[in-house]
Amino acid sequence: MSQSPATTPPSPADAPAYNPRNYLNAEAGIRSWLLTRDHKRIGIMFLALTTLFFFVGGLFALLVRIELLTPGPTIMSAMTYNRMFTLHGVVMIFLFMIPAIPGIFGNFFLPIMLGARDVAFPRLNLLSLYLYVIGAGIALYGMIHGGTDTGWTFYAPYSTTTITKVVPVLLGAFVLGFSSIVTGLNFIVTAHTLRAPGITWMRMPLFVWSIYATSIIQILATPVLGITLLMVAVEHAFGFGIFDPARGGDPILFQHMFWFYSHPAVYIMVLPAMAVISEVICAAAHKNIFGYKAVAFSSLGIAFVGFFTWGHHLFTSGQSTLDAGIFGVLSMFVGIFTAIKVFNWTATLYKGSVAFTAWFAYFCGFLFFLVFGGMTGIALATVSLDVHWQDTYFVVAHFHFIMVGATIMAWLAALHYWWPKMFGRMYPERWGLVGAVTIVFGFNATFIPQFLLGNYGMPRRYYSYPERFWPLNVASTLGATLLGFGFLLILIYFLWSLKYGRVASANPWGSRGYEWGTLSPPPPENFIGQPVYPSPPHDYTEGSVQSGDPHAAEVTHAA
Amino acid sequence: MQPEAYVAHHFPNLRQQEHAARIGMWLFLATELLLFGGLFTAYSVYRFLYPAGFAASSEHLSVAAGTINTVVLITSSLTVALAHHFARHGKGRTAALCLAITLAFAAVFLVIKGWEWTHDFEEGLLPGRYFHSSELTATGAPMFFTLYFILTGLHGIHVLIGMTVLAILMVLCWRGAYDHGYSTPVELGGMYWHLVDLIWIFLYPLLYLI
Amino acid sequence: MNDLMRRILFLPEQGSAYATEVDHLHFFVITITMIGATGVALAAVLFYLRYRRRAAHQPTPHVEPKAIHEVLFIGVPLAFFLLWFAIGFPLFVRLQTPPKDAMDVYVQGKKWMWKFAYPGGPNGVDVLRVPAGRPVRLLITSRDVIHSFFVPDFRLKQDAVPGRYSQIWFTAKAPGSHQVLCAEYCGIGHSAMLAEIVAMPPAEFDAWLAEARRATQVAAQDSPDDRADPRTSLAEQGRRLAAEYGCFKCHTVDGTRHIGPTWLDLYRKNEKLQDGKTVIADEAYLTESMMDPAAKLVAGYQNVMPTFQGRVPGPEIAAIVEFIKSLRTDAVRPEPSKGPVYVPVPGYDPTISR
Repeated sequence: MSQSPATTPPSPADAPAYNPRNYLNAEAGIRSWLLTRDHKRIGIMFLALTTLFFFVGGLFALLVRIELLTPGPTIMSAMTYNRMFTLHGVVMIFLFMIPAIPGIFGNFFLPIMLGARDVAFPRLNLLSLYLYVIGAGIALYGMIHGGTDTGWTFYAPYSTTTITKVVPVLLGAFVLGFSSIVTGLNFIVTAHTLRAPGITWMRMPLFVWSIYATSIIQILATPVLGITLLMVAVEHAFGFGIFDPARGGDPILFQHMFWFYSHPAVYIMVLPAMAVISEVICAAAHKNIFGYKAVAFSSLGIAFVGFFTWGHHLFTSGQSTLDAGIFGVLSMFVGIFTAIKVFNWTATLYKGSVAFTAWFAYFCGFLFFLVFGGMTGIALATVSLDVHWQDTYFVVAHFHFIMVGATIMAWLAALHYWWPKMFGRMYPERWGLVGAVTIVFGFNATFIPQFLLGNYGMPRRYYSYPERFWPLNVASTLGATLLGFGFLLILIYFLWSLKYGRVASANPWGSRGYEWGTLSPPPPENFIGQPVYPSPPHDYTEGSVQSGDPHAAEVTHAA
Repeated sequence: MQPEAYVAHHFPNLRQQEHAARIGMWLFLATELLLFGGLFTAYSVYRFLYPAGFAASSEHLSVAAGTINTVVLITSSLTVALAHHFARHGKGRTAALCLAITLAFAAVFLVIKGWEWTHDFEEGLLPGRYFHSSELTATGAPMFFTLYFILTGLHGIHVLIGMTVLAILMVLCWRGAYDHGYSTPVELGGMYWHLVDLIWIFLYPLLYLI
Repeated sequence: MNDLMRRILFLPEQGSAYATEVDHLHFFVITITMIGATGVALAAVLFYLRYRRRAAHQPTPHVEPKAIHEVLFIGVPLAFFLLWFAIGFPLFVRLQTPPKDAMDVYVQGKKWMWKFAYPGGPNGVDVLRVPAGRPVRLLITSRDVIHSFFVPDFRLKQDAVPGRYSQIWFTAKAPGSHQVLCAEYCGIGHSAMLAEIVAMPPAEFDAWLAEARRATQVAAQDSPDDRADPRTSLAEQGRRLAAEYGCFKCHTVDGTRHIGPTWLDLYRKNEKLQDGKTVIADEAYLTESMMDPAAKLVAGYQNVMPTFQGRVPGPEIAAIVEFIKSLRTDAVRPEPSKGPVYVPVPGYDPTISR
């Protein structure tokens, strides 16, 4: 069970094990990285940067959890604590969750899956990376000098009156927003114009469909957040009074405008995870997806309906009862689109040929966490239940189930699944399974107590708490520690495998995803010759030809 | 130069590359619209809350200046369109001339806008807490001017960006960089300029007329 | 069963009938969620066991779903989701509609304390005394940033937004004490912004209120009139304040028309506005008219009233509104009270206090 079953190279058997001339070593020197327009190298740089920030954000999370180990002050002051959870939120959301999967795997695999040599605008792609770095720099400057204490939601009028330095963080988030817009724009245009002959819309890998839906949200929602954050920044700096009731402004307007972006932003974070899972499940089961169209269109459905549900964050803010009802019902529909995906993924296993690998373990974790996190989300959209749960640890646990439970599981599944393709090395499978088990257990131990804490009535962002909440907080902190160890373990064996890992063949999993047709790691131009696509992605039926096979390609090229 | 010389390595032909560039530009324009959309939402909400204050404040703006600016911008849209027309037909110098006229119009727009702002400053028609007009006491007037300055300021920044783009295109046109085979940059620059005009066409009635 | 589920889910005690009902919905939802999650997990495990990979390159059949599969995938969860909503939403509507006979209490959030003001009674900080078994309506606002009034035992939460009044109501089941927490992040003291609701036996409460009124009256020693008047109350304070602010120069309290509309029977009256619309003169409208008189001008009157923005602090507004409410020819409320309309109060400046 611990050994991956398909370690022999696919047909043709004479494919080179490690591609000697690949995108990693085609050019050398730091300049060749900093000025590269190769989507694969940009993806790798996103991998390094977002992973770095993931660990920074995780460190803040651990500090927050340690502070909550006892009811009173534990290791820091209230002000430090407030800055800590703000840092955790801002870093994890703007510097990790939003850019991670599109930035890494979208950049790396979307063009390859479409049979393209690069994204439509390679220079804009590099710009996106630099905007990310600049935005992160500005935000971090604000966090270190002054440290924002508003929470990542920046609710007015607290954010416009606080004494901490909000403006740099807001401007940083604004610039990061542009990075996200540029990436999204690139992906949409690439999907429209650079599909290789033979890849019709209905033959596009599901990964691309989901990333495409994500990009639509990124393009349409991010500018609204941008202008909203700018208005808060202007108000904090000059006192213009847009959201300040003392000057006739309306703080609820801020909430509407903020969630108009930030609710769809949840789907910016989770749709790429669904993109990954749609690939992973087919490869793990060696079977075509059950209900291709349903899965593809439900991504677009989520992107569309996601724009009309923001009001469910305002059930207790005092919007009208009718608004609450409308937003409640609309939120149910997002749940339906997710349910379609969940059922189709599960049904994909039916009549398959399922192998248990580390990335399949993450798929299982993902499935359970998404179902549970999604269902609790629907429960939260049931208006009268939300009145009790709003702003408590129940909400915290719910969105961590989606963001950590679903998105990070998918991120880890993607890392393990595509690691051989990206670096031409295998990760140690046995350690991979140990890591997966640690993560899944640690995750449950961290967040299930938080659901109960929310039921019990503990509000979020609490520095100290009444003593009755103590035992559950201790459980959660212990879980978080386990989770931290799990992530460290994974980081260590991935770094180890870069140098000492077993050399991977072009297709160690026997996957029929389009991206596996090229060599591992891919050559700088992605393919040798023009690839052809005789069958749809993940076609494992008897007699099907490996899609995008470099050798098949050469034959066509010659003809 | 042959059209093929412009094709990047990852595009099969120029037609597809131009198609991509156009889709990209349209998507970018959509994001710009939503950027202003947020401000328009704020404007609508506060106009609904303070109808009298907004109406009274609007009367303090110079309709004449706003109208002249509207005419100036619409005319500049025409000259940009002409520039693309000439560039596409290989008349680079004429195209450059059209772009120069556009830039002149844009400069006129900014000068008039600057004059209006100075005038507002003198009257104390300033945003939020800086508002101190003796004539205008209606509730909501400071909010109107907050939004007025943010909207026209952001639009002004877009005019400046547009001018930079057009200036670069003007130089390139003059040097004969574009011909009937390839004139997409002029087209895209023109699209951006049309968007800047379009936003103004929304701002003009919202701020000056109603 | 109810109690067992409550304990398993770590829910606090059910301090009101509403809490019990919401909990029942909660149990239903969580049970279905558990069954659903288990079902999906079980299906995955069974498929895995049955279709484990036995050979590395074993081809698999191409399976396409039938239309009925997708219909089931959509229909079954949707039916449940809508059922939850159908149960949950009416409960929410009820929570938003206080009964006619509810006792009003003004609640004001402030960094980092809760202030309570009773009509016809005392003001209090951090302890709200209510009669058990009688409905209580809270009119909630904030002086600075957004707070949220959260009572876990009542499954109740409502944001306190500066410049607005929002409302919520509850009926405590039995005498006892219930914790109030702030649920909207509001700075350093957020987690220390605790208060307590003490539900008292109705008779005891009435006695306490009467006693407290007497105490308030004694405390107001600066005015000899007050000592003489046994009806000293929030409304009475409002009358005094209205005189201080010069309201009576333009408004009468006996129904005669003067520079401004009379205050007699003004509360909950349908006022015809200059722009042809009508508005119900509720708390929110009265407050707004003090802050921004020009916003909704009553037909037939000139816009001559100066704005009181920044001049009247929150509790005094509450007192004046309470005074206007007390001016009724018939002391019966004609219809159930509705929520204050969401209109921001322009010019309410928390940084300026008198």
